[in-house]
Amino acid sequence: MMSDSAEQPRSVGRLITAKRGRSKLHWSDVFSYVYLGLGVLLMFAPVVWLALSSFKTPAGLLEFPPTLLPLGQISVEVPGYDDPLLMFSTTMEDGSVRELAQVRRIGIVATMLDPNDPDQTFSVPITQNEPIREVRMAWENYSGPLERFNFMSYLWNSVIVTTAATIVTLLINSMAAYGLSIYEFRGRNAIMLFVIGTLMIPITVILVPMYLVVTSMGMVNSLWAVILPGAATPTGVFLLRQYMLTIPKDLIEAARMDKASEWQIYWRVVMPLALPAIAVLAIFSIMWRWNEFLWPLIVLSRSEVYTLQVGLNAFQGELNVQWHYILAMTVVTLIPVVLVFAFLQKFITTGIASSGMK
Amino acid sequence: MTTKLTIALMGSALAMSVLATSASAQTELRMTWYNDGNEGEVMRGLLDGFEAAHPDITVTLDEVPYAAILEGLPVQLAAGHGPDLARVTDLGGLSEYYLDLTPYVSNPDYWEANFGPFLEWLRPTGNDSAISGFMTQLTVTGPYVNRTLFEQAGVDMPGEGATWSDWAAAVNEVAAALDIPIPMAWDRSGHRVAGPAISMGAQMFDADGNPALVDQGLMDMATMLYDWHQDGTMSPELWGSVSGSTYLGANEDFANAQVVMYMSGSWQIPQFAETIGDAFDWWAVPAPCGSAACTGMPGGAALVALSGTEHPEEVGILMEYLSSEAVLAEFYGQTLFIPGHIGLAAGGVEFATEDPRARHALETFAGAVPGISPTAFDLQGYPNNRVMFNALISRLGEAIVGELTLEQAFDRMTQDVEQQLAEQARDN
Amino acid sequence: MPEKNANTSLSDRLTAIAAIPVVLFFRLFEAPFRFVQKIGGLKAMPYIFLLPNLAFFGVFVVVPLFINFSFSFTGGTNIFLSERVYTGTEQYEFLFDCGNYLDPQSCREDRFWKAIFNTMTFVVLQVSSLVALSLVTALILNRKIRARGFFRAVFFFPVLLSPVVVALIWKWILLRDGILNAFLVSIGLERILFFISPEWAMFWAIFVSIWSQMGFYMLILLAGLQAIPPDLYEAAEMDGTSPERVFWRITLPLLWPNLLVVVVLALIKGVQVFDEVFVLTGGGPGTATQFIVQYIYTTGFASSVQNFGLASAASVVLGLVLFVLTLAQLAAVRRKNDV
Repeated sequence: MMSDSAEQPRSVGRLITAKRGRSKLHWSDVFSYVYLGLGVLLMFAPVVWLALSSFKTPAGLLEFPPTLLPLGQISVEVPGYDDPLLMFSTTMEDGSVRELAQVRRIGIVATMLDPNDPDQTFSVPITQNEPIREVRMAWENYSGPLERFNFMSYLWNSVIVTTAATIVTLLINSMAAYGLSIYEFRGRNAIMLFVIGTLMIPITVILVPMYLVVTSMGMVNSLWAVILPGAATPTGVFLLRQYMLTIPKDLIEAARMDKASEWQIYWRVVMPLALPAIAVLAIFSIMWRWNEFLWPLIVLSRSEVYTLQVGLNAFQGELNVQWHYILAMTVVTLIPVVLVFAFLQKFITTGIASSGMK
Repeated sequence: MTTKLTIALMGSALAMSVLATSASAQTELRMTWYNDGNEGEVMRGLLDGFEAAHPDITVTLDEVPYAAILEGLPVQLAAGHGPDLARVTDLGGLSEYYLDLTPYVSNPDYWEANFGPFLEWLRPTGNDSAISGFMTQLTVTGPYVNRTLFEQAGVDMPGEGATWSDWAAAVNEVAAALDIPIPMAWDRSGHRVAGPAISMGAQMFDADGNPALVDQGLMDMATMLYDWHQDGTMSPELWGSVSGSTYLGANEDFANAQVVMYMSGSWQIPQFAETIGDAFDWWAVPAPCGSAACTGMPGGAALVALSGTEHPEEVGILMEYLSSEAVLAEFYGQTLFIPGHIGLAAGGVEFATEDPRARHALETFAGAVPGISPTAFDLQGYPNNRVMFNALISRLGEAIVGELTLEQAFDRMTQDVEQQLAEQARDN
Repeated sequence: MPEKNANTSLSDRLTAIAAIPVVLFFRLFEAPFRFVQKIGGLKAMPYIFLLPNLAFFGVFVVVPLFINFSFSFTGGTNIFLSERVYTGTEQYEFLFDCGNYLDPQSCREDRFWKAIFNTMTFVVLQVSSLVALSLVTALILNRKIRARGFFRAVFFFPVLLSPVVVALIWKWILLRDGILNAFLVSIGLERILFFISPEWAMFWAIFVSIWSQMGFYMLILLAGLQAIPPDLYEAAEMDGTSPERVFWRITLPLLWPNLLVVVVLALIKGVQVFDEVFVLTGGGPGTATQFIVQYIYTTGFASSVQNFGLASAASVVLGLVLFVLTLAQLAAVRRKNDV
C-alpha cells in the first residue's frame, strides 16, 4: 500500500527514464507528451463545446458549419420602420460589397436599404446576402427555464437526496464491509458471493418490481423512494471490504486487548484507517445520486419532489426537443459536479489511487 | 433502527419543504403535463384564471419529460398512484384509467357536439358514451416544402392532387439543381407513414374490424419508402439511425434548408415560426395522393381526467372551465395548435402569430381535417394503434438498413402485432 | 507527509467542528452494539454489522428480484403479481424458439438474440480496448511527467459525468451538422453520417463508453504501478535488462491483481451497458447497437403493451449468464489471491 504519493513517482519515474541520458529528449518522452496533449484535448474539448453551444439561440444551434462562439445577427433601428432591421453584407451587382439592412424578403429577392441613407432601396437576390453577426450570449436559454420552474426546490431536493443517500450508504455499507472483512463466520463466503452476484444486476431490469415494492411501502412521491432503494450498494460493500482486508489484524487484536467494544473498533480503529476508500465511495455515491434519472422519473411524479435531473428535463417533448434549453440545463446540472471536482480533484484522484481496490 | 437520526433529520427537512406548498386545506388537483413548446406556460396562465374564480381549488401543473408520460405514467396508473388529470398521447391505450365526466359536467351535449369524434378516441372498446377529456392539440400529418428552394431552382411546385411520385420527381429536381443533400424526409414514426399508406389503399383492419396491418396498400407504401432510400430521394439518417419504435424528426435539417420536402405535421408550426422565421418560405402543402385517397393522419394529445382521483367533482369543474369555448380559443391561439373543438374549428381561432407562413400552414392543416379518410380516423381511434405503428416502423427501419428484406419485414410486422395483442389478451 | 501551511490549523478546527454531529451520531449506536456483544459474544457481531445492509438489500433488491423471477412465469399486462396469468415456461420457450441459435433471423424473438450477439461483440471489443488504453495511460503517467496531477485529473473527470450527459455531449459532436463533420468538411473530406453505419455506431458506442470510464481504471492501474517496489527495477537495471523484459517480467506480473480487478469491473459494466449507448445511438442503425439491457427495458417498459413477463424471462436468462461469468471470475481471482 502506498503511503506517500509525492515520493513514489520520483523514484519510479527516475528508474524508467534513468537509462536514457537525462539531457536529450528520448522519443518516448515526446510520445508521452503528445499522447497526454491529445488526451487533454479529447477529454476537455467536448465539454467546452457543450458549454459554448448552450449559449446559442435555437437557430444558431442548427447552423452548419457550426460557429465556434455563439453569434447573433446585428440589427439596426431605421426611422420609418417599426421593427429593427437585420444587417447583411451584400455583394452588389458591380461586385462591390456593402452593409445593408433588409426591409423585406419576397421569394428569393430581398429589398435592402442603407441605414445611413434609408430613402434608397435595392432589390438583391438573397444568395448575395451574408448576415453580419457579433458574439452574443443567449442568456435566455438559462434564465427562461430557471425563472419558470421552481429551480430552488429542485436543487434542494437533489441536495437532500444526495446527502441523505450518501450518509445512509456510507454507514450501512461500511458496517457490512467491516462484518465481512474482520470476522470469520459461517455463511461469509455465501454472503460475499451474493454481494458480487448482485453487483452485476443492472437496476434497469427490475424497475417494475422495485416500483411495486416502493408503492407497497407507501413511499411513492416521497424523497425516500429515491434515497433508500439504492443505499445497499454491492459496489460499496465490495470496495470497502477489499480495502479493509488490508488493515493489519494486529491492530484489531490490540484494540480488543484494550477492552474496546466491537463497535468502538469499527468506529475508532477501522473507519479512520479506511478513510481513503470511504471517501471514494462517498464521491461515487454523490455522483450516482446526483445523476440518477430513470428511477426518480418513475417514482417522483409531483413537482414539489422533483430532483434537478427530472425537473430540468421537462423540455424533452414528444415531437420536439428544445435543444437550447436541454444544453443549458445540462450545463446547470454539471456546474456542481465541476465545482466539486475542481476543489477536491487532488483528494479524489489520490483517494482512488491509494484505495487501489487490491 | 439504525437510521433513526437520519430519519429524524430528513423528516424535519422534508416536512419543511412540504409545508411550504400545502398551507391550506383546500382541494388540490394534480395535472401531469409535458411540453413540446410553450403550452405549459399557456396552460399555467389559464389555470391561474381558474384558481382566481374558484378559490377553494388549486391546480398544480407537474411538468415532466415526455418519457415520463410514455413510460412512467402507465405504471403509476396501473399501481393506482396516478394524478387527477394528465396530458397523454396514447389516447386509447390508457382508456381503462379514464374517468367518465358525464355526471360531473353540466352540459354533456356541449361535449358531444364539439368534441364528438375525438371523444371516441378516448373510449375503451365497447363504450360509446364516456366523456373523459378533450384534445389539447389536434394534429394533422402533412408535408412542408421549402418553397424558396423551388423558386431558386426554377421548378414548379406540384399542385393540388399531385401524387407522392410527382412530388418525389419534383424535389429530386430541386435538390439536384441546388445541391441539397436530402430531397425528401419523413418523420420516423408509424403514425406519420400511416397517412400515405391509407392514401395508397391500406385498409389497416380486416372485415371484422380486427387489425390487419400488412396489405397491398401498406406494402406499396413501404416499398416506395424503401426504394426512395435506395435511390437517394431520402437519407437513411432518420429511418436508419435508431432502433425500435424511437421517434426521430427531420425538423432541424428542414430548418437548416437541408431538406426540400418534409413529411411531418401541424405541431411543427410554432417551432418553425421561431427557428426558421423569415429565413426561407416554409410552406405547408396538402397531403399528396395515392391511388385511394389524399389523406393525412389525425392525432394529437388529450387532457384526460383519471378515475383514480379523489375529487371527481372538482375535476369536473376544472374540465368544464378548460373546455369552454373562450378558454380553449385562448389556449389554441397562444400555442398555435390546431383546435380540437368543432365549434372553434368552424369559427376560426385568432392565432397569436404575424408570420404569414405560420398562418398559411395553420389554415392548410386545419382545412385538411374534413378530407381525412375514415380509415385514418378509425386507426387513430383504435386503442392498440401504437402496437401497429411500432411494429410497422421498427421492422421497416430494419429493412431500410438492410437487416431484413422487405418480405421478412412484412412477416415480422404481422408477427409482432399478433404477439403483442395475444399477450394483452391473456388478461381477459 | 505534505508540509503544513498556515491554513491547516483553521481547516483542522473547522473539521473538528464538523465532526461533532458525526461523533454524536455514532455514539447513538454504541449502546445497542455493546448490548448485542454482551448477549451474543463475538460470534453475533458479524451478523449485527451486516444486518442493516442486508435488510435494505433484502427489501429493495432481493424482493424485486424474486418478483421479477415470478413475473417470468406469467403473462398479460397487469402490474400486480396476483392479477397476472400463470403461463408456466411459455415466455422462456418463446425466447428460445430458434431454428438455429447462431442465426437470430431464424428465432421467433430475433431481437433478443441480436441483442445478445451485439452485447458479446461490445463487451469483447470494449473491455479489451478499455484495459489496453487504461494501461498505456497509466504507464505514461507513471513516467517522469510534468504536471502529473493535472493530467490524472483530466483523464478522470468524465467518470463523474452522468451517462446521459456523456451521450448528449458526444451526440452533439457527432451529428450530421456537428462539429466533427464540420472539421471533416473543412479539411476537404466528405461528411460521415456516423449513426447510419453499423460499424461507426458500434465504434462510437465503444469509444464514448471508454471515454467516460477510462479514468477510473487508469487510476487503479496507476496505483498498482506505483506500489511496485523500486528496488526490483534497480536490480533489473543493474543487470542491464531491456525495458521490454522489465515490463513483461516485473511490471505485468506485479500489476496482475490490479489488472484483474479492472477486467472484472469492466466486464460487469460492459454487460450492463445501456443508457449511454441508448441516448447516443438509440440502438441503431437497425438493431446494430441494441444491447440486452435495452431489449429488456423496451420489452417490459417502453413499449405500448408492457410485456413484463417476457422482459423478466430475458432478465432471468441474463442473470444466469452473469452468475456463471462471476463464478468463472471468482475462480480466477481465487487462484491469484485469496478472496
